[in-house]
Amino acid sequence: MATGLNPSYFIALSAALFAIGLYGAISRKNAIAVLIAIELMLTAVNINLVAFNKFLTPEAFIGQIFAIFVITVAAAEVGLGLAIVIAIYRNRKSVNLDDFDWMKW
Amino acid sequence: MENIYSLIAFVLLSGLVLGSALLVVTLKNLVHSVLWLIVTFIGVAGVFLLLRADFVAAVQVLVYAGAVCIMIAFGVMLVQRTEMAGSNPVNWRFKIAAPLVGGLFIVIGLLTAKAQWVVSGKEVPTQTVENLAPILLQDFVIPFEVAAILLTVALTGALVLVKEVKANGDRS
Repeated sequence: MATGLNPSYFIALSAALFAIGLYGAISRKNAIAVLIAIELMLTAVNINLVAFNKFLTPEAFIGQIFAIFVITVAAAEVGLGLAIVIAIYRNRKSVNLDDFDWMKW
Repeated sequence: MENIYSLIAFVLLSGLVLGSALLVVTLKNLVHSVLWLIVTFIGVAGVFLLLRADFVAAVQVLVYAGAVCIMIAFGVMLVQRTEMAGSNPVNWRFKIAAPLVGGLFIVIGLLTAKAQWVVSGKEVPTQTVENLAPILLQDFVIPFEVAAILLTVALTGALVLVKEVKANGDRS
């Protein structure tokens, strides 16, 4: 435990995954691709939570419980997001996020 | 010796996760992105196993790699009517996205390198489910029930959204 893996490795991995997800969320046109990128970012957060759980408070399990709640909320989020995208597609025949600007005046 | 093995496993898993995540956000074909997303999630489940969180790893494989990816794949099929090639174009913002996420990664890396960790010397107990269940059903029972209600409301809302707009589409 003294050598080998320490939290910095996992935080670096999760920061890289979060950065990749943020890049995808900013640079894609397709709304579903943006949803996928948001899933990647949530997964990066989960890696952080579980890593802190292992290294800082290994017997409290709070990090794993938070990770489970994050997974739950992410599943609900992707279900609702896909429903909204399909609803908008049926109205507008488009999934390009730059077309979704009808609240702009 | 075990440290070497876990380090090798970490390097392999992070290479798998980051490589497939890069493919997810850069491929032009959205269906290929969804398939690589499954690889990413399975790699992340491997990272959870490395962190001795086997219940979370199982939930990750079941919920993310199973349910969420299949749901996204069906969403892609329902939305994309024309050919799939080039279904995932890049908009003009990728020029500002690249330096932004590079800066973010560098900032997090610097803060991580400066941080002082108070690492607990103890190990995670090997029986994770037996330890998770009392916490989840006693201390965290209200968030647990709220999460159940949230899932029910979200899935019902998704059904209502898709169904109602279908009726509108038939009328107009």
